[in-house]
Amino acid sequence: MSAISEAVLAGEQEGDYSAVDKARVVEALSRVLPAGSLMYESEDLKPYECDGLSAYRQMPMVVVLPTTEDQVVSILKICHELQVPVVARGAGTGLSGGATPHAFGVLLSLARFNRILSVDPHSRLAVVQPGVRNLAISEAVAVHELYYAPDPSSQIACTIGGNVAENSGGVHCLKYGLTVHNVLKVRGVTIAGEIVEFGSLAPDAPGYDLLAAVIGSEGMLAVVTEVVVKLTPKPQLAQCVLAAFDDVVKAGDAVAAIIAAGIIPAGLEMMDQPATVAVEDFVHAGYPLDAKAILLCESDGTPEEVADEIARMRQVLEAGGATEVRVSRDEAERMRFWAGRKAAFPAAGRLSPDYYCMDGTIPRKRVGEMLEAIQSMERKYDLRCINVFHAGDGNLHPLILFDANQPGELERAEEFGADILELSVELGGTVTGEHGVGIEKINQMCSQFTRPELAMFFRVKAAFDPAGLLNPGKAIPTLNRCAEYGRIRVSGGQLPHPELPRF
Amino acid sequence: MKEVIERWQARVRQAASAGTPLRIQGGGSKDFYGGSCAGESFDTRELSGVVSYEPTELVVTVHGGTPLVELENVLAGQGQMLAFEPPHFGPGATVGGAVATGLSGPRRLAAGAVRDFVLGVRIIDGRGDLLSFGGQVMKNVAGYDVSRLVCGSLGTLGPIVDVSLKVLPRPALEASLRFAMNEAEAVEALNRWGGQPLPISASAWHGGVLMVRLSGAPAAVASAVTRLGGETVPDPEATSFWISVREQQHAFFADSTENGGVLWRLAVPTAAPWLGLDGDQLIEWGGGLRWLRTAASAERVRERAIALGGHATRFRGGEASVPAFQPLSPALMQIQRQLKQAFDPAGIFNPGRLYNGF
Ligand SMILES: Cc1cc2nc3c(=O)[nH]c(=O)nc-3n(C[C@H](O)[C@H](O)[C@H](O)COP(=O)(O)OP(=O)(O)OC[C@H]3O[C@@H](n4cnc5c(N)ncnc54)[C@H](O)[C@@H]3O)c2cc1C
Repeated sequence: MSAISEAVLAGEQEGDYSAVDKARVVEALSRVLPAGSLMYESEDLKPYECDGLSAYRQMPMVVVLPTTEDQVVSILKICHELQVPVVARGAGTGLSGGATPHAFGVLLSLARFNRILSVDPHSRLAVVQPGVRNLAISEAVAVHELYYAPDPSSQIACTIGGNVAENSGGVHCLKYGLTVHNVLKVRGVTIAGEIVEFGSLAPDAPGYDLLAAVIGSEGMLAVVTEVVVKLTPKPQLAQCVLAAFDDVVKAGDAVAAIIAAGIIPAGLEMMDQPATVAVEDFVHAGYPLDAKAILLCESDGTPEEVADEIARMRQVLEAGGATEVRVSRDEAERMRFWAGRKAAFPAAGRLSPDYYCMDGTIPRKRVGEMLEAIQSMERKYDLRCINVFHAGDGNLHPLILFDANQPGELERAEEFGADILELSVELGGTVTGEHGVGIEKINQMCSQFTRPELAMFFRVKAAFDPAGLLNPGKAIPTLNRCAEYGRIRVSGGQLPHPELPRF
Repeated sequence: MKEVIERWQARVRQAASAGTPLRIQGGGSKDFYGGSCAGESFDTRELSGVVSYEPTELVVTVHGGTPLVELENVLAGQGQMLAFEPPHFGPGATVGGAVATGLSGPRRLAAGAVRDFVLGVRIIDGRGDLLSFGGQVMKNVAGYDVSRLVCGSLGTLGPIVDVSLKVLPRPALEASLRFAMNEAEAVEALNRWGGQPLPISASAWHGGVLMVRLSGAPAAVASAVTRLGGETVPDPEATSFWISVREQQHAFFADSTENGGVLWRLAVPTAAPWLGLDGDQLIEWGGGLRWLRTAASAERVRERAIALGGHATRFRGGEASVPAFQPLSPALMQIQRQLKQAFDPAGIFNPGRLYNGF
């Protein structure tokens, strides 16, 4: 097998792995793995052909399901030696195709790394294997009145290893932070088979902050085998305010007004009318259906603190023109308010055979502008879009509804999505807030970053993975790809493609 | 500004081709920190000032050379603050220096460190390219998190042109409590309280006295004061106490480097037991940060720090031949060296400030 070429290392080209010898790889892996941990017949590989972004499908060459770190080390050493791509996989709920298999690669599932190794309530941390589900951590530590704060809507299924790889967030991350703020240490294995520890149990670690580099790195730098998470004391009380608005821009302004009043809500979410109507049908959350937009605004803390904060929130929301303000009266009602928001994706699934979830983040104050642009894109592409936002941090999840069985609809949905992402960049934001680039947003990375910036990403990758074998072809576009896509960001504040019409 | 940036780029390119080391420096307030490095002075204060500030976005973008005091005043004018409470260590402290050293103050355990608040940076790399990573939004996973890599990099990856930081509202109320406790009692109490929903925003133990600061809504602070007991410390005494800890003007630090003394900074798990080293200690961050003045050898201090699950930094004083930062495992060292190489192939930025050779 030829060594990795300079052009691949420099991020100019994608590697060509078509010469990988499957029989040889299977033979080498079978020497380090028991029979039940190695699969290479197509019927066994089928369940792994896609992640949560099911529009992209690819059968892997081989699937491995190791149970020990030693096995992970052996697998990676073999792949390194034979120059075989490796794609790590948690629960496969990722929405950007990060865990999409490589046709000539090994898919490394961490599903069997599913044990919570220890919980230390006094130091408020838990040591867990990467295949542990996000919610399982909070359930296991609930007896200590603690929880793991980041709560992606997929938390019943997604794994902590996947959360680390994507730097996942949840509805409470405005106040409690993202994965990067709640993980103390990550243990992993490099492609060379070396065990490395990033971060520490102390408040910091010496040298460059490699922990931060690894979090959100989409399985491109190391395979995570152990994670130490920080646990947070459960608040005594949480209450949620539901505010209705007759205009989306007013709702967006109310979000800014809450922050301006010095309040950091425990959660601050927004849904537009089509979204509330869609979920109401489904979960009966009691949302006002005539409102153009609703806000969900949560306060948590001591009972006195919550009472005080809710009163201030109510005042700001009313001053901002809310047509109705409801405060949850008990835990059941609070859960009902949230049930609607958390059911937005399944509701979209009921409205339409397929939906496509976007993930741009923009400055909060531009939410109104974005919503208006999305409305005109709905007309342009003749597709419907329902909008749910992590409004507190400007992270948008427009859900574009389409039917893949109708010729042309998937392509239109993709173009619609690309337009939203490029507008996010233009409005001063980013193409992905929490779902990752994967293969889905790889073209839009060309609009967000300049050539030297992309080249630096390749160099950062090479510092961890000089052979370029971990998840190749994801997250960072090659310069060739950007040239084909026709967009490279021009530095110096110039807009890409000034000749294109703007919304 | 554009003209200054272009001049900087040209200077970096020239230094790279000539192999001239550059010593990137703001106000010089933290010159003592890290390994010593020689080189032509590269003064970051040429680029100073707030680039943009939107209080309702909770984001401020500032040039690296902006005086920290200036930024803090601008934020205070809007009732906001840098929640990581960075130490100044002198009137000249700049924002770029605070980010590059990655040092946080008393509020760190409750609010997070500098790296938790950095949203984006623009730097000039060793090729003279102006690179922008991250941005001005709260959530951003496009590309590797280079902004956080720059935090604590001590200028070795390149000068910070500007940085975007998340800011937070100032707490409505703060109150400080004093307890008579020995070290073990204080560490135990801080960890126990840490597991409860209490608005503790700072702690400092020294010489049998534990000070705790509470911050938040008046109702929350009042109920915590009742719950914790202790003796209330009135202002201005309380405020000046926390400043003295942050700025190391507290009596504990006063003569720490006299007569060849060394001030060590040990970062350890919050519940770590007694260090087992002779000397005087000041403990912050709920037990996670232990300042130590000791005559014990560097090897002994580092051995203990590792045994407890942490690391030790030679913070002030001592022999220049003793590395400032805890040595890394060969595998980690290799990655770090390759990262340095990626950003600064000619090795011109602050060589030796972080580790031997970079
Ligand atoms: C209905 C629904 C709701 C969602 N809501 C949210 C939300 O609110 N917030 C949010 O942030 N995301 C959300 N997501 C996205 C997704 O759940 C997260 O990205 C999650 O973190 C993925 O975890 P996973 O275990 O499924 O990872 P996978 O999809 O299996 O993998 C994701 C990436 O992580 C890498 N990876 C996985 N495990 C490892 C490992 N051990 N070592 C190295 N790399 C690894 C993979 O290679 C891949 O690049 C949602 C998804 C769905 C389907």
